[in-house]
Amino acid sequence: MGAGRIIKVSGPLIVAEGMTEARMFEVARVSEKELIGEIIELHGDQAYIQVYEDTSGLGPGEKVVGTGQSLSIELGPGLLESIYDGIQRPLDGIYRRAGSYITRGINMPGLDHARKFEFKPNGELKEGQQVEPGDLLGQVRETELIDHRIMVPPTLKAGRLVKKPVAGTYTIDDVIARIDAGGEVQDVRMHHRWPVRTPRPTARKLVPEVPLVTGQRVIDLFFPIAKGGTATVPGPFGAGKTVVQHQLAKWADANIIVYVGCGERGNEMTDVLQEFPELIDPATNRPLMERTVLIANTSNMPVAAREASVYTGITIAEYFRDMGYDVAVLADSTSRWAEAMREMSGRLEEMPGEEGYPAYLPSRIADFYERAGRTICQGSDGRIGTLSVIGAVSPPGGDLSDPVVQATLKVVKVFWALEDQLAFERHFPAIGWLTSYSLYHDNISAYIRNEVDERWAGVRVAAMGLLQKEAELKELVRLVGLDSLSDNDRIILETTKHIREDFLHQSAFDPDDAYTRQVKQFRMIQAIVELHRACEKAIERNIPLKKLLDLPVREKIARMRHVKEDDMAVFDGLLEEIRIQTAEGAVETGKAEA
Amino acid sequence: MVTEYTTIREIAGPLVLLENVDHATYEELVEVELPNGEQRRGKVLEVNRDRVLVQVFEGTRGIDVASTKVRFLGRSLELAVSPDILGRIFNGLGRPIDDGPKIIPEKMLDINGSPINPYARVYPQEFIQTGISAIDGLNTLVRGQKLPIFSGFGLPHSELAAQIARQASVPRSESPFAIVFAAMGITFEEANYFIRDFQETGAMERVVLFINLANDPTIERIATPRAALTAAEYLAFERGMHVLVILTDMTNYCEALREVSVARKEIPGRRGYPGYLYTDLSTIYERAGLLKGDREGEVREGSITQIPVLSMPDDDKTHPIPDLTGYITEGQIILDRVLHRKGIYPPINVLPSLSRLRDKGIGAGRTREDHAQVANQLFSSYARSKEVEELAVVLGEAALTDTDRAFMALGQAFEDKFVRQALDENRTIEETLSIGWKLLGGIPRPEIKRIKDEFIDRYLSGGAAGGKKAEERK
Repeated sequence: MGAGRIIKVSGPLIVAEGMTEARMFEVARVSEKELIGEIIELHGDQAYIQVYEDTSGLGPGEKVVGTGQSLSIELGPGLLESIYDGIQRPLDGIYRRAGSYITRGINMPGLDHARKFEFKPNGELKEGQQVEPGDLLGQVRETELIDHRIMVPPTLKAGRLVKKPVAGTYTIDDVIARIDAGGEVQDVRMHHRWPVRTPRPTARKLVPEVPLVTGQRVIDLFFPIAKGGTATVPGPFGAGKTVVQHQLAKWADANIIVYVGCGERGNEMTDVLQEFPELIDPATNRPLMERTVLIANTSNMPVAAREASVYTGITIAEYFRDMGYDVAVLADSTSRWAEAMREMSGRLEEMPGEEGYPAYLPSRIADFYERAGRTICQGSDGRIGTLSVIGAVSPPGGDLSDPVVQATLKVVKVFWALEDQLAFERHFPAIGWLTSYSLYHDNISAYIRNEVDERWAGVRVAAMGLLQKEAELKELVRLVGLDSLSDNDRIILETTKHIREDFLHQSAFDPDDAYTRQVKQFRMIQAIVELHRACEKAIERNIPLKKLLDLPVREKIARMRHVKEDDMAVFDGLLEEIRIQTAEGAVETGKAEA
Repeated sequence: MVTEYTTIREIAGPLVLLENVDHATYEELVEVELPNGEQRRGKVLEVNRDRVLVQVFEGTRGIDVASTKVRFLGRSLELAVSPDILGRIFNGLGRPIDDGPKIIPEKMLDINGSPINPYARVYPQEFIQTGISAIDGLNTLVRGQKLPIFSGFGLPHSELAAQIARQASVPRSESPFAIVFAAMGITFEEANYFIRDFQETGAMERVVLFINLANDPTIERIATPRAALTAAEYLAFERGMHVLVILTDMTNYCEALREVSVARKEIPGRRGYPGYLYTDLSTIYERAGLLKGDREGEVREGSITQIPVLSMPDDDKTHPIPDLTGYITEGQIILDRVLHRKGIYPPINVLPSLSRLRDKGIGAGRTREDHAQVANQLFSSYARSKEVEELAVVLGEAALTDTDRAFMALGQAFEDKFVRQALDENRTIEETLSIGWKLLGGIPRPEIKRIKDEFIDRYLSGGAAGGKKAEERK
């Protein structure tokens, strides 16, 4: 491929001429330093290239060479526990080679090509049998937590297995199998490259049916996300977007987590790096890091690589989904990705859409979220994998009319609205219960009925009804004062206080409270709703309000969060106490206080 | 060999366009020589074949098309550093402006720096005691953090920043510290307040000042924080010092950036600020923190803690400058006009203020075991007192319950005893927490929901708390 010459440099955008063979979205090497760039526009022999590294010191006349390849990443054993920049360069490797700062022109493969993996073949394979992309050839125990399944990559054609894989230790470059596709013999290695902007193929898309359990009460009960679903967390700064994302990365019951720190703070990534190896997965007793891949393109790193980082993240996630795993991508924050698009668009002098964002912003966002889903994977065994995408949005001033928020809401099914008023009161997670929504309640209802409790939906609707009523009553109190409310209304306010303070409020830093299983969630909210029903009945019997407000059981409800997960009998006792303390005769005679 | 060009084609605002230039590179430093012999500096913003767009730091007044000479220096703007920069005063581009001797550079550093590899960072968790209760108690500053002060015109942010600089200390730590102070477009009087304060407290020999005053060239401000942070990085990571960087006022910096953007006829983002304002600010704010040592598991000596000060135009937190700053920095300290009118100093409104690194910087072994829970309880109680106050305005105080009244009293006492302190009052963290406990003593115990019983028993009653405090003094 012939070399072109730079004619223009403007920030991360350069223009080169003489690029006669250039193709759109091809990767080019820029200048003697071989900086990595991607062609994003062509005019005759002029190529417009976004450069993924700092361009200072570049000038006209320097050479640009096309590589003939699209921006692609390496997929294979060695991905887990890695931390990459936006174009899959390992940051730990860069640190070891270049020190504390990211210097330019470092070329490093995403995977370690020297590392050897213990490979176990799929015993059912026979030499000479027909195989197609996606078929399992064997597996590598990549971490104690995860078996990395080795598949026939989608880059190869289906054909006859002429050399079947055998057990042994291999590097990712070793040929483990050969496939004869009508005379063309293809080598199969444990890794392959895939262009990040192209979704990986699947057999068929299905509707999500199982909740992604996060252990966060406000999410799992009121605004659940399904495995294979999409959600967004918009909120002003300081409302706790990142804490929500971190909680999900820690506790969500996915097999694999891909965390994309897109244009955010450096220290936040450091926090994840320091904390995750120490955090133990409750289900398996292994460090959570063993199921995690981190992509960190912090705000001060080159802006074009930030644009690429979300694609790098979701491509890695798709690869694990293809193995039949439940994968979750957490992207924090998609606003920074959109801003990177805006910056490139401005440099290209495109006509801007809303707020200076390019007109293609909504379609890019939709394309990204559409890569989520529950799917039958490629391969003859028909296994199912899911890919859930949760994107944070950072709208300016917390204003939800922001184009990025609006374009995102069009495509996602779950909306967790963070409210800064709640954050001021240190009510975390600061997910507003009246504005948030989830469209997955119906999808997952069968699962919930069978696996958790059939009364789940009923209790949820009752609790939400009370919270809505509370908003109206508060308005009224503001005008006429608390005393003018009826006893029934006073009890509602008392109940919703329990819902807010003892159920919705959840501390990420308290080890007992950070994660709550669905069964316990149900028992907690059930206790509050039962107490409310009992109080309503007591009021019908003309029990004085004061007595009901001072029921001793309220104190226990306030401490429910500290009940151990294996101690559900406590809740039976709690329901019994509610019954006794509000029972016919109990309150009037003062037994309740005893 | 440096070629000289006299091929200026256009001059607009702070920008100069040259033609027939070969071999200019992006971000290159240029020297502009005016007809009267005056020399100015600039940098290349864009190269398009032989046409080069240059931004002149000192402004374009007096530059002409016919005879002004431009030289391309083949490097970017650099700062000469050596241990001798301590105690010295520089202009916004990093040239000495005091009467001191010439600095013999140990090395020349590109003021743009390089992004820190997130893998090379160490998470900041060392408590800095500023002696100010509203910060130490509730919005704790941590070594290596970037914590801005959001202020408004006429509010005492300079006093607060100077007080932090004066009092900040890490209990039980002896490491050398330094202060790097960058003034961008502030008045002579404001700058002088800091300089006098440094001189009076004898801190001057540990301070490096970069001064760009309101009447200094506007575009020079774009280089000022970068020069200051380059000095800070040198002192911190090559000299092992703990550096506190004060950048004031970032709003002026952003306005200079907007001026250049408008002159380039770029498509503006919100309120005329360029779309890349977030990215640009992050290349300043992210130059803070702690680094790993050369070997795995080690922490390198030295740190950079940043306190940028910015005035919110019209006290509006959603203005692009505070908004984007808040998204990058690790929290914010917000000054409030209502508190200021009540005569409370420092007028810190704790509710919207936040320190994101607080929870890992406090607790047993760092400050005190009860710190986090006391802070959360104070936050929610103060928030509640504000709600009650609103209620009282509508309904009158008579309509309040006893509990409501207790909260209202707590709110007032909180502002008066906890937030308010004197300009030279330096409280220890124990003093701050015990004021907090005293305030919590005013509300019914069942309302203290965010503190474990164990701590309530230990610290709440005046006697127990006092006893504990006495113990700690010993």
